[in-house]
Amino acid sequence: MKMRHPLAHARGLGSSKSGTSHWWGQRVTALLLIPLVIWMLYVVIVYAGQPYQVIQVFFSHSINSILAILLILAMLRHAQLGMQVVIEDYVHSQPLETILQLLVKLFALAGAITVILAVIRLALQ
Amino acid sequence: MATEKNTPSQHERPISPFMIGPYYKPQFSSILSIAHRASGVFLSVFGSLLMIYWLVALSQGPAAYHNAMVWIASVPGMLLLAALCFAIYYHFFNGLRHLIWDTGRMLEIEQANRAAMVVLFCSAVAALITIVKVGGLI
Repeated sequence: MKMRHPLAHARGLGSSKSGTSHWWGQRVTALLLIPLVIWMLYVVIVYAGQPYQVIQVFFSHSINSILAILLILAMLRHAQLGMQVVIEDYVHSQPLETILQLLVKLFALAGAITVILAVIRLALQ
Repeated sequence: MATEKNTPSQHERPISPFMIGPYYKPQFSSILSIAHRASGVFLSVFGSLLMIYWLVALSQGPAAYHNAMVWIASVPGMLLLAALCFAIYYHFFNGLRHLIWDTGRMLEIEQANRAAMVVLFCSAVAALITIVKVGGLI
């Protein structure tokens, strides 16, 4: 007699809870962040101390605002996935853990929306 | 019965990373591993907050941007930037080491330790160069 629920069989995850999606997402965002972080450090080093107008012109080029949004999205997702594991490992009160996991996701989402709006506003000035 | 007496209860059992030190000898690899995590948490909280704050200030016009830069150029702001600088270079270079491990390479202890020395050297040099360069400009 089959004791497994048909849904568990359909998901095909065996005894694991979420499969490889977390692990894979962490690696994909890490790979994406390699060129984006190099770009960011280059921008910081070259544009540090420049007047407002110079930086505004920099972000008025679509390629730069697209890269900035991509960087923040990859970074926030990578951070959320990383914080998730840290919270899973060290927070042992189940209600507190759930609240923290949701807060981290909310913060990442709100941060992403904030940055997208800011970069669009900046580019259109 | 004897094992029951010698086994600590669930609450007394040491959990990682707090077992490093009193229960488990600190090792080069374990210290770098926990540093990767610590730098990741630090960057997640302060790195993302600072980047969002900077971009929002920039989008609000020259006056708001000027106020933000005054704060960033203050002593606490510069200390935060310097700490973020070390954290991002370390997390970046050590992250590359992790990605190489994920392909199944450099898993021998000697190779991993040698790569760790390269990581520490590169992140220290890159962070110091960046701090001197950017610190002089802001």
